[in-house]
Amino acid sequence: MDRIYLDYAATTPLDPYVLEAMMPYFTEIFGNPSSSHYFGQQAEGILEECRAKVAKMLGAQSEDVIFTASGSEGDNLAIRGTALARRAKSGKDTILISPVEHPAVANTVKQLRDMFGFKLIELRIDNFGQINLADLKEKLDANTALVSTIYANNEIGTINPVKEIADICQERGIPFHSDAVQACAHLPIDVTTDGIDLLSIAAHKFYGPKGVGVLIKRKSVDLISHTSGGKQEHKLRAGTHNIPGIVGLTTALEIALANRLKENQRISILRDQIIQFVLSEISGSHLTGHLSDRLPNHASFVFEGISGNDLVIMLDMAGFACSSGSACKVGDPKPSQVLLALGITPELAGGSLRITLGKYTTEEQVVRFLDFLSISVRKLRK
Amino acid sequence: MEKQGKKIVIAMSGGVDSSVAAALLVEQGYSVTGIMLKLWSDECDEAENACCPPEAINQARQVANILGIPFYVLDVRDLFKQEVVDQFIEAYNLGQTPNPCYLCNQKIRWGWFLNRTLDMGNDLFATGHYARMEFDENKFCLKKGIDPKKDQSYVLSGLTQDQLGHTIFPLGSYQKPQVRELARKYQLPVAEKHDSQDLCFVGNAGYREFLKRHSTDSFVPGLIRSMEGETVGTHEGLINYTIGQRKGLGAGNAEPVYVIKKDISTNELIIGTASELGNDQFVVTKLNWISGELPVFPFECDVKIRYKANPVHAKVRENYQESITVVLDLPLRDITPGQIAVFYDHECVIGSGMIQSVVAQGG
Repeated sequence: MDRIYLDYAATTPLDPYVLEAMMPYFTEIFGNPSSSHYFGQQAEGILEECRAKVAKMLGAQSEDVIFTASGSEGDNLAIRGTALARRAKSGKDTILISPVEHPAVANTVKQLRDMFGFKLIELRIDNFGQINLADLKEKLDANTALVSTIYANNEIGTINPVKEIADICQERGIPFHSDAVQACAHLPIDVTTDGIDLLSIAAHKFYGPKGVGVLIKRKSVDLISHTSGGKQEHKLRAGTHNIPGIVGLTTALEIALANRLKENQRISILRDQIIQFVLSEISGSHLTGHLSDRLPNHASFVFEGISGNDLVIMLDMAGFACSSGSACKVGDPKPSQVLLALGITPELAGGSLRITLGKYTTEEQVVRFLDFLSISVRKLRK
Repeated sequence: MEKQGKKIVIAMSGGVDSSVAAALLVEQGYSVTGIMLKLWSDECDEAENACCPPEAINQARQVANILGIPFYVLDVRDLFKQEVVDQFIEAYNLGQTPNPCYLCNQKIRWGWFLNRTLDMGNDLFATGHYARMEFDENKFCLKKGIDPKKDQSYVLSGLTQDQLGHTIFPLGSYQKPQVRELARKYQLPVAEKHDSQDLCFVGNAGYREFLKRHSTDSFVPGLIRSMEGETVGTHEGLINYTIGQRKGLGAGNAEPVYVIKKDISTNELIIGTASELGNDQFVVTKLNWISGELPVFPFECDVKIRYKANPVHAKVRENYQESITVVLDLPLRDITPGQIAVFYDHECVIGSGMIQSVVAQGG
């Protein structure tokens, strides 16, 4: 079967150039950067080269870059590390997050609340999932340890006014973390200009390898490490460096940045084609998330009268790989918390579908997909 | 080959039967998709986010992986609860002994599930049941499975021509030991897995404990009376007794006594001697005829009054529309309202219905 992948927000295939760049670091240049001999120095050389490159690409300093094993790890380290450090130092124990955070953020904060005595305050969002800035200002106070909001939402594609949020936090000297795992493949990110203190990304969302990510931690914040051991990553993240992965992440980010404008333009046209078709040709369909402040590769909907889980299965049987906010592998029909937080009714939220495009998506694929999508929705509604 | 490329969905449970059925379909050249239904169960309700039962899902997924077929899980908990579990509880409240598997096959598997898979663009539907099908004189005929110990035509007897027309039973011509042998041949990790015993939704404690939690009515204590109407003791709820039961009726009787009848209107248990036990006539309603047409009444057939009962010879006559009376050649001790009576012409299922009431002897 000719299969069409439309789930680039879940993960992306490794770019062959990235693979090529990584290859020597599995076998030839295999040293441990912590060793003092020739082999270690070789590895340390490339590690620091990558660190400098990544820092530059994200508007940070070399020493701000912490290599991690995933976006989730970055979120955990940033949130748990900052919360514990801030409470230890000055007793601040309130964490502010939005109700549409990735589980890596939301569940970390819930654990801090349930097991470690922190307070969790949810920020208000509008119907598109964007943070309400006035509400944020109101909720910040002398006890705020940390604010964390997603840069661009994985489920609904909405981009937050991150610079405005960062400014508000900066004025009050409160650390601000943003999960930019979805955003970094598409949006220009500069932590200095944006004023972001902590930012997590993962390589596999932009044609890099799985199992490697970065947490940017600017000097303005202190962290307590959650993986103790050796002195790697400024003692914040022990463990031998994944050099092939780090090289892969760096190369993939370079390619993503170089192609960003052109690629964004190309896929946003396809995205708009999808949004226009669905809203005009499929009755009872609604866009979720923001119409314009939206990731260029991201289209998400809810359909009246169908189960998103069934739709995803039906599409997959015909060779189209998408995902649904409500669908996990075990077929849990519970509507997504993110969609409910937007004020969508549970019934409607159950009929969600996410289509995310990437560099191998063609117009021909989109046309074929849309064709089949309208048939599928009709059949499932029968 | 005609099968080549036909899209078929196999209902997978993670057990040996449906796994082997899937393997056979793959070997026969179908384009196979495995789907597991996530059904409501008592434990699942309590542990909200847990997928039920996770081991079974993983096993089915593993089998699908080995066979190289796609596998999905469809959640049908709410509908299953409403159409099967609630009906099960309600039947006990009415003093009946229901067969939820029959109902599930009618309403869920060959109802919601079959329709869903056809809507999704599939051509056919398969399960690991031990039953056979034949196409004869423009009709689908449902037949017993070859293995008499495993034959499941009883729980499939509520299906219609249209449902059977979309169905394949890959295991109908196999004996259970052969199926296990096949599982080993295909190197399926479920080859040695035990057959499931109890109802899938009642939990580990069994159906009585389940009913204790969900059906208060059937646990109300009441009187035990003799056939003559004399009070001879008390009972702890009619749920604890089945017709023909001898155990637990207390000693001290000159002659062994048996449960003759459960009177739900008075919450009384009627007991009597072996000679008073047994009936040869009962009324059946909620009828389904496999051919889709009413048979010519009266007719003679073999009837099974519960899943594991032996078929016995009987005459069936029509009372009025939607109701028939079955007259057995010889009385049976355990004709139980709520159970399904299935009518057979030798190997073929003629139809079935629910035992509504037992006609009093001589009546």
